Amino acid sequence: MHSESLKSQSTFPPKATEPRPEHPPEVPLAIHDLTVAYHRKPVLWDVELNIPEGKLVGIVGPNGAGKSTLIKACLDLIPKTSGWAHIYGKPYRKARHLVAYVPQRESVDWDFPVTALDVVAMGSYRRLGWFQRVSKKESKRAHDCLDQVGIAHLADRQISQLSGGQQQRVFLARALMQDAELYLMDEPFAAVDAATEEAIISLLRSLSNQGKTCLVVHHDLATVSDYFDWLVLLNMRVVASGPVEETFTRDNLQKTYGGKLSLLEKAAEALRHSIT
Amino acid sequence: MPNWGDIVEVLFLQNYNTRLVVLSTTLLGVAAGFVGSFLLLRKRSLMGDALSHATLPGVTIAFAVMVALGGDGKSLPGLLLGATISGLAGIATMLMIRNTTRLRDDVAMGFVLSVFFGIGVATLSMVSRVPGGNAAGLESFIYGKTASMLQSDFVIIAIVAGIASLVSLALLKEFLLLCFDDGFASSQGWPTLWLDLCLLALVTAVTVIGLQAVGLILVIAFLITPPTAARFWTNRLLPMILLSAIIGGVSGWLGASISALTPDLPAGAVIVLVAAILFLISMMFAPARGVFPRLMRQAHLRRKVNRQHLLRAAYEILESIAPDTGIKNSSFPIEALRIKRAWSPEQLKRVLRVARREDHLEPVGPGFLRLSEPGFGEAARITRNHRLWERYLIKYADIAPSHVDRDADLVEHILGADLVSELEADLKTEIDERNLAVPVPASPHLIQPEPPAEA
Repeated sequence: MHSESLKSQSTFPPKATEPRPEHPPEVPLAIHDLTVAYHRKPVLWDVELNIPEGKLVGIVGPNGAGKSTLIKACLDLIPKTSGWAHIYGKPYRKARHLVAYVPQRESVDWDFPVTALDVVAMGSYRRLGWFQRVSKKESKRAHDCLDQVGIAHLADRQISQLSGGQQQRVFLARALMQDAELYLMDEPFAAVDAATEEAIISLLRSLSNQGKTCLVVHHDLATVSDYFDWLVLLNMRVVASGPVEETFTRDNLQKTYGGKLSLLEKAAEALRHSIT
Repeated sequence: MPNWGDIVEVLFLQNYNTRLVVLSTTLLGVAAGFVGSFLLLRKRSLMGDALSHATLPGVTIAFAVMVALGGDGKSLPGLLLGATISGLAGIATMLMIRNTTRLRDDVAMGFVLSVFFGIGVATLSMVSRVPGGNAAGLESFIYGKTASMLQSDFVIIAIVAGIASLVSLALLKEFLLLCFDDGFASSQGWPTLWLDLCLLALVTAVTVIGLQAVGLILVIAFLITPPTAARFWTNRLLPMILLSAIIGGVSGWLGASISALTPDLPAGAVIVLVAAILFLISMMFAPARGVFPRLMRQAHLRRKVNRQHLLRAAYEILESIAPDTGIKNSSFPIEALRIKRAWSPEQLKRVLRVARREDHLEPVGPGFLRLSEPGFGEAARITRNHRLWERYLIKYADIAPSHVDRDADLVEHILGADLVSELEADLKTEIDERNLAVPVPASPHLIQPEPPAEA
């Protein structure tokens, strides 16, 4: 089934014909020839991406399209089978200070014995280094970050006593704490209330106005054109990447989401033929 | 039965024979409390169990090697070195199984635990038949035995326990990050693999020095029980690990003392039982997360809800039957209350008993009640809050007036003073317009008027 859908998309991504610069230093995230496989089954295939600076970028694609995998591969959290991902022209291990990561909310145990402020302060651990305790200054800064996401009054609340939306805001505040240039966010809008969704998107817009780049894994196609400037359609391969108004088309969506659907239609057709 | 003097002597480390044992299990408990906290938060408790069982072959093989080399087969440093090596070999086997096959963690741990323990038991019976070597006593590593502790043994235990405690405290921030969100930690460049290995090394160290006193079967309880108990008392990490260390220390101290004072009670078992009792107390009574405090909070809320329902019911009944004579001084039949809230006679009796104790309702002749002075004030306040909240829901949540009563019911009992004043501010214009301001606005919906006929 995979090979079928791959064949039909063999023109994506278009292979680079002109030699591209090895280290484009002005590009927040440049991915070249990235392939990732779990247990020999490829999850991402020949991914080729250049994310422009200051853009609010959405990544959409069906379940299992490799959206989270793409982010994790950029962060060196999972090994790349081939290819590279460069942050402002440098490999990730040399550009960690430029990147903030917001994992999926369900990836951690929210019954952990820490407060909202403790979690936000984790964003400063890298600056602090080994053995250093969280300083007054960083603690104050963590408070400011909670304020930016609108839940400063919950700073001392244990994290299990927060709602899902508030927990997501805590994660976002932790990313703000890192004071990065590139923000990689894995489904920050998943299962949050309307007020939180509103707060998150206005925060992302203000980051983007400050020239920061945000890459957001997203599920809700209905809000894509409202929220993002730039869109990446992903299904193992990059189906399209570009300004939303150019890429968010019926044709691209069909290519991204429709592969399985059309196969089912073909199967139904075949069945009908065999019966009659 | 030991006399009081003996008890004091042992507990306060004045008895030379038991001093070392009691002191070493106390230090061991403190170290286990620290290290165990992170083991628990990393969700690797079972790994500690696999590790401790995997130490047994190391003990017996080390004994055989030392006898073969002509040394003292039961020198503690040698035995503990053997235990460390085979414990780590067990963990390595486990990781290998996990990473090379698709078997799950629990399968790998169960496998390592039983196979290594099996090898240990088999080699134990083999070395005990070797002529020349006196293997008697080696089996005490299984259940623990504290009777014979040398000064040099104590020094080893004290140093290792001290180092393990200090390292746990020094790496507090790093371990916290590792245990809470390892993906984020490694995205930030923290060496999560090395931190995990460091935690594993600490667990190994505590397990190995705990073998002699507590035994390999029970040492896992020493690692897991104190932090689990501590978790009931607090929602913060640092208090939790400090409390865990204290609980571990107290268990070691009391357990070894009780064991020293009572012949034939093995220390390991008593220590674990003391820890278990502390755990039970924590689980039941700890204010933060304990069972009883939670039940009491629930019961308190239930009582509060019932009281508010009762007073509002009384107020609304009086509103409908005595609009002219005044709510304050009129009486109403008890039966009307029961019908209004659909309470069973027993429930009503219970609720009324509480209300009478609080002097909110006064009896007026058989079967009739009226609101007392404070009861009237309270009932008016409650009814007012209820109706403010109803109006808010109608205005902002788009709930139909006919349904709003039930929805308001779900929330109004937790309305605080600040929320009420916010509601008032929000609904001010509406309240003014409709002239509803003082003291209780009219209900926005038809109040279920007359008792249903069949009731």
